[in-house]
Amino acid sequence: MTEDLMANVTETAPAGAAHDEHAHARPSFLAHHFDTPAQQFYAAKLGMWVFIATEILMFGGLFCAYAIWRGMEPDLFDLAHHFLNKTMGATNTVVLLFSSLTAALAVRSAQLGHRNQTSVLLVVTILCACAFLVIKYFEYTHKFHLGLLPGHCFGHPWFSGAIQNGEEVGTCVRVHADSTPGSPLWVRAVDESGHTRLLPPRANMFFGLYFVMTGLHALHVVIGMSILGWVLYRNVKGQFSKEYFTAVDLGALYWHLVDLVWIYLFPLLYLVGKPE
Amino acid sequence: MAAIEIPVAGGHQADSHGDPDAMYLTASRGIRSWLTTLDHKRIGLMYLTMVSIAFFAGGMFALLLRIELFSRGKTIVDAETYNRFFTLHGAIMVFLFIIPSVPGALGNFFLPIMIGAKDVAFPRLNLLSFYIYLVGASLALTSIVMGAVDTGWTFYTPYSMQTMNSVISMTFGAFVLGFSSILTGLNFLVTVHTMRAPGVTWSRMPLFVWGMYATSLMQVLATPVLAITLLLLIAERFFGIGIFDPKLGGDPVLFQHFFWFYSHPAVYIMIVPGMAIVSELIATFSRRAIFGQFAIAMSSIGLALLGFLVWGHHLFAAGMSEFVTMLFSALTMLVAIPSGVKIFNWTATIYKGSVVWASPMLYAMGFIFLFSIGGLTGLFLGTLSVDIHLTDTYFVVAHFHYVMMGGTVIAMLGGLLYWWPKMTGKMHDERKAKLGFIFVFVGFNVTFGSQFIMGSRGMPRRYYDYLPQFEPFHRASTIGSWILAVGLFITAYTLLEALWNGKKAPRNPWGSAGYEWMTDTPPCLANFHSTPVITRGPYDYHLATPEELATGWDEVTAEADSAAKKK
Repeated sequence: MTEDLMANVTETAPAGAAHDEHAHARPSFLAHHFDTPAQQFYAAKLGMWVFIATEILMFGGLFCAYAIWRGMEPDLFDLAHHFLNKTMGATNTVVLLFSSLTAALAVRSAQLGHRNQTSVLLVVTILCACAFLVIKYFEYTHKFHLGLLPGHCFGHPWFSGAIQNGEEVGTCVRVHADSTPGSPLWVRAVDESGHTRLLPPRANMFFGLYFVMTGLHALHVVIGMSILGWVLYRNVKGQFSKEYFTAVDLGALYWHLVDLVWIYLFPLLYLVGKPE
Repeated sequence: MAAIEIPVAGGHQADSHGDPDAMYLTASRGIRSWLTTLDHKRIGLMYLTMVSIAFFAGGMFALLLRIELFSRGKTIVDAETYNRFFTLHGAIMVFLFIIPSVPGALGNFFLPIMIGAKDVAFPRLNLLSFYIYLVGASLALTSIVMGAVDTGWTFYTPYSMQTMNSVISMTFGAFVLGFSSILTGLNFLVTVHTMRAPGVTWSRMPLFVWGMYATSLMQVLATPVLAITLLLLIAERFFGIGIFDPKLGGDPVLFQHFFWFYSHPAVYIMIVPGMAIVSELIATFSRRAIFGQFAIAMSSIGLALLGFLVWGHHLFAAGMSEFVTMLFSALTMLVAIPSGVKIFNWTATIYKGSVVWASPMLYAMGFIFLFSIGGLTGLFLGTLSVDIHLTDTYFVVAHFHYVMMGGTVIAMLGGLLYWWPKMTGKMHDERKAKLGFIFVFVGFNVTFGSQFIMGSRGMPRRYYDYLPQFEPFHRASTIGSWILAVGLFITAYTLLEALWNGKKAPRNPWGSAGYEWMTDTPPCLANFHSTPVITRGPYDYHLATPEELATGWDEVTAEADSAAKKK
């Protein structure tokens, strides 16, 4: 019973071949269940592509919601998008595109076995990610100050704060549509190009989508940074070589996804205005 | 011959996880070797344990529900508790049991063996998916401590935004469980693409693997949408972002669209693995090449694709344009084609086959019968005019259970009985297994058959109380649930008893030509002692040698005799 019946079944690979396979030392990075480094690399790469597909579908739900609301309220989107800072958005786009370039170059230098150059490029990529988040932070705080928050929080003076004699004092003014208490708040505030605009309560939907979409994206930036940081650590420890650079490749692939999502978010949120 | 000597038995190097040629259960020992194992077979067994516990818990809630409905008015619990019970029954059965059940347990165990691989492509990810499952399950169950959820397993807005806060932990649990499901699916997809042994071509790939492949496609493509839906629901509860709240400009029907965009493929995530098992059972116990192997494989893929196009039929009564309802109704009818392809090919395989009435085959036949009823009543519900009458009645409940319980659970029980000897090395008692099947089959039909009648007469689902004319049907259904429970306990006992009382299982007790039976029973840690090279299909009974098809009972009996003589 102990002998392998597969041998009868199906003619096992010739014994000599099996021996030869093991005569060559298996590289240390080759996991026990793979036969060749190429098989291991393709498995890892396919796995990352499938994972990226799941990410796109997850964001897909949000893009779908975006399409529905923009279809229903095109004017509102036009009105609300003036409160997004195009300069900061465009800067962030450039920052991310540049970081994708450095990530791609890091893969190339890893393939060539240039360890130090790979490290430098990875560090630059991670710094770009930090820059992106810092700019995002300034964008977010400005929205908070204006009370441009999603849902129930729309027009809420949480961050602009001060209330004097029952009237809120801040960078924006909240207006009641009618005098009944508890009626929805309108927000009058100065937009990014200096115009004072009056936003209806339904505008909260735009900012809801803005915060959820960019927030989820920012979370992915943080995850991407952690992945690249881990790749950097392994690179510094000298775990990669011309023969084995899978993690660098996959980390960069993931970073390109993070970049790509932003490439769609930027025009859809910041550049939707009609010509004035 | 190479200069380096390698052990006679095989060509693997021993590593920290044990000798690859040793039997997988004894290759390494101790609790720690289990908790940190990367062996897909052990992970499969751990999944099996957890989903069995979940099935038991969900089943207990089901029994309590049926007892409550035995008579009108209050029987054992009040209406609020009843709402919590049916939510927990649904959520546990769907998210904790049926979605991870076949892929997690049987898929993990057999998919790599059936393609001649040593393991899945990402063993660490595999173990991670199991631990994520545990975390998700714990989160979902904390909702019970926090007062339980009473929304039903679908968490429809706006109610799920207004009721207790435990909705958050339950939905977050489902969100985390989704990750576990995605990782399993991703792992299987990559394994099938990159890990097949020489000779396992796509056309030779066993139908169980094809079914798992289709399931994985759906897990990977649909689950992320559930993730974003549940995230939005949680954001709605925490921050009131208003996306599902009409007061703030949102739309509660959007939640239903999002939810069913995942959950309709999810029902195929549940049933396609059942079909995958049945394809194996039918071929083995008919002793002939399965009829239309390619058609069955493609119908699994067809179901996976169509599953993404029909979510709207859950919303016929929720407010959609007439045109869209017609479109979804027509698309829903298309699902009958791949399902029919399977049913007809299975029956064509049995026709003129040498059918062996072993217990797994009984379950396979039960599956064909029950799934046909479940599938055809699905067409009733997909028909617009009929659906308006049947929406949210017991007819829907009965249809769903005929497909999920009568389909997937029956198939899984059949699969467990079929592969139990390979997994544990022990044979179960066939008499008890068949007795269990009779109870399960009769009990199931009494429980849910009566619900079809009630539903078509207008008994709404999820109601705590009912009109007098429904009492006989509810009573029949409750009594049926007890018969079903007895059957399930007999089957569970049969399987467990085999562990300590069962005869030693031979290599291929059912005389199957499938690849998984060609290795040791139970398999060694590396599945095969050397990488197999496959030269025939898994159902090619005409090409298989007598040694391959030999059940091996003679050897086992001879061994037992010689052991007895030595004493």
